[in-house]
Amino acid sequence: MTIDENGKTALRIDGDMTIYRAHELMQQLLEAFGRSANVEIDLSGVTELDTAGLQLLMLAKKVAQANSTELHLTRHSPAVLDVFELLDLAPFFGDQLVIQPSS
Amino acid sequence: MNLDQALLTFIDEARELLADMENALLAAEEAEDKQELINAIFRAAHTIKGSSGLFSLDHIVDFTHVVESLLDRVRDGEVDMDGQLVALLLSCCDHMGLMIEAVARGEIAPDEQTSVKGADLLAQLNAYLNASVQSLTICAGLEEVPSMHRIDGETDESDHWHILVRFAGDTLKNGMDPLSFIRYLGTLGTITDINTLHNALPPAAEMDPEECYLGYQIALLSQHSKADIEGVFEFAGENCRLRIVPPHSKISEYVQMIESAPNESARIGELLVRCGTLTEAELDTALNVQKSINPPPLIGNILVEQNTVHPVVVEAALAKQKQISDMKAKENQSIRVDADKLDHLINLIGELIIAGAGVNLVSQRSANAELQERTSRLNSLVEDIRDSALQLRMIKIGATFKRFQRVVHDVSKEIGKDIELVITGEDTELDKTVVEQIGDPLMHLVRNALDHGIEPTETRVERGKSARGTVALNAYHDSGHIVITVSDDGGGLKRDKILAKAIERGLVDQHQSLSDEEVFGLIFEPGFSTADQISNLSGRGVGMDVVKRNITALRGSVGIQSEEGIGTTVSVRLPLTLAIIDGFLVQSSDSVFAIPLDMIEECVAFTSEIGHDYTDLRGEVLPFVRLRELFEVEGEPARRENIVVLRHGELKVGLVVDRLLGEFQTVIKPLSKIFSQVKCISGSTILGNGDVALILDVPSLVKLCIEKEKTNTNLNSGSSSNYLLESI
Repeated sequence: MTIDENGKTALRIDGDMTIYRAHELMQQLLEAFGRSANVEIDLSGVTELDTAGLQLLMLAKKVAQANSTELHLTRHSPAVLDVFELLDLAPFFGDQLVIQPSS
Repeated sequence: MNLDQALLTFIDEARELLADMENALLAAEEAEDKQELINAIFRAAHTIKGSSGLFSLDHIVDFTHVVESLLDRVRDGEVDMDGQLVALLLSCCDHMGLMIEAVARGEIAPDEQTSVKGADLLAQLNAYLNASVQSLTICAGLEEVPSMHRIDGETDESDHWHILVRFAGDTLKNGMDPLSFIRYLGTLGTITDINTLHNALPPAAEMDPEECYLGYQIALLSQHSKADIEGVFEFAGENCRLRIVPPHSKISEYVQMIESAPNESARIGELLVRCGTLTEAELDTALNVQKSINPPPLIGNILVEQNTVHPVVVEAALAKQKQISDMKAKENQSIRVDADKLDHLINLIGELIIAGAGVNLVSQRSANAELQERTSRLNSLVEDIRDSALQLRMIKIGATFKRFQRVVHDVSKEIGKDIELVITGEDTELDKTVVEQIGDPLMHLVRNALDHGIEPTETRVERGKSARGTVALNAYHDSGHIVITVSDDGGGLKRDKILAKAIERGLVDQHQSLSDEEVFGLIFEPGFSTADQISNLSGRGVGMDVVKRNITALRGSVGIQSEEGIGTTVSVRLPLTLAIIDGFLVQSSDSVFAIPLDMIEECVAFTSEIGHDYTDLRGEVLPFVRLRELFEVEGEPARRENIVVLRHGELKVGLVVDRLLGEFQTVIKPLSKIFSQVKCISGSTILGNGDVALILDVPSLVKLCIEKEKTNTNLNSGSSSNYLLESI
């Protein structure tokens, strides 16, 4: 987690974003929000996303909306894109989705 | 189909419905569980209203509409079905009957009198209706069930399944992931729209990241069945809430499937499951809900409220259910057939039998074994056809008996006695014409029992009898006859009184010795009455002789048994078939006669004391007549004669003949009026060789023989006697 000059908190999540790490991830997210009004989450390292993980992301979005802070999800990994596509979540989060070329 | 034909059908149907309505009303007064009866009454009125509307019989529609409205309230439990209401509804039923009969006569518009009567009844009906209006207003405030999907909603969504699923909180902890369910769902078709429902997500402080808070709203394009879709979420656990709404096009498919389903089960749940709009799991849930609410609501209502099944489909299922139970109520499938066509068929079969007999004769004379075999097969088939065809004309007497419920109900109220009608043997069948003609005589006998038979309540109680009197109708078969009995547990016939009156009127001589049955039989004499008071119903002495005449015209007989203080039983005996019977041929010299087979007990060789006309039949005395003498047949008797033992009721009589020729399918050809005075002959038939054989009238024969026997006895014992019974 880093904070840069503009007061934006950048958070990068690596590995499985699943129920097994749910508690841990939630702590991280809440901490990020505690720090600033602008949070960016880099999802390029997410290898798996399950409902628990998804719930956290959605929670994050709702918290941001409630506090009028900003939340951006970036560099969605294939695993994340998969879920987003399945559930048509793009409108909900409002972020641009860039489909990475398959490596 | 032209309009007249349709009108005739409407009239027949309306009559039947009114009869059903009447029966149900009579039963509803006493019944514990009235709901089904009330439904039946409502349906009858409703159908009549609808059908009348088709023919623009507005006066009937308007009247029936009010009746139906009142019945609707009764159905909903707002108005109670008490004795007063039953009486009013019975009057309405009668009024509707009058209007229908008027239409049958060709009077489409109501006349003055009918309108006045109708207005009067309507006023009474409205009194009931207005009384229950207050209770209606209380039922306001039906829950508005938000219907998620309108049929004529967004067109692009109309072909989609709409699935609403809320996963249980512990889904994730149980190792399941909603995502996998949704992925699997995707394999059943195409998910065209999906919405994640996250409103259950609590604030961050309260959230348990391992708990599942999400639900989904999914639009699915799929050819799969509801059960398949439900199966996707099978492992989502018990607490997963699932609602599947089929696409609009499916709804009409479900409705069609219900309508064309075989008429087996009449349970709503089963119908819905079978057509695919409801899954077993959903039915179970609904049934559990039903059990938990008191009083239990209708399953259809539960399903609609829960949005599990579309209301249109539930309605189709309800309609189907009604159809099935209506059919079951009719017991058997039946077809309306013109009585004329049936008669024509039976005539043809008669001719077929005669022709067959001719063929049989020729074939027997020929030495051709194969021909004989084939004709024998042909004969047995013809016999089967005969039996089946005659069966067609048979109808159960139950319908006739039921009419009397109404009579007993009304009359007992009118004369202030408490009388119950007990019916048994309703399934006994008899020929249609007989049924039609026996109605009036029976009615008279029943009225007699009500008026004269059953004593007034106080008298009954005084005598230690039950306050409620019983009139019983029974019917059963007995050797080719049907016996109908009308019995009562009333005061019985007063033998002495009857005898005295008969002597007074010169019908019998006071020195005659008469059996009880004969004395009772006197009441059938024209003008005979021992009633001290003539009532509206009876007592004028006009009825009983007409009854007897009607019964005799049907080739039947009537007898009475009675015991003073205990009761009376009138028995009517009628032959079962009028057209074709199993016969037995006998011969004396060249004359062949036919005897109805079912009246023959046995045949024995002829022995008797010389000069006496009776023989010893295994210890029993059997009087006989000689066929030869009876019909003055020319020629000498055969060396070895035979006795045919005939039976009519309790009486047995012998008939001495030369030869016994064997069984013969006898097509009864009526004799013309010239022969109506001939005693002991009831018709003729045509033999295989074209000759005519006369058919013996066994009852008359038996009577004749018994009379002769008595005369001989009396002569022998030296006293004079008169012939008592009327000439045959």
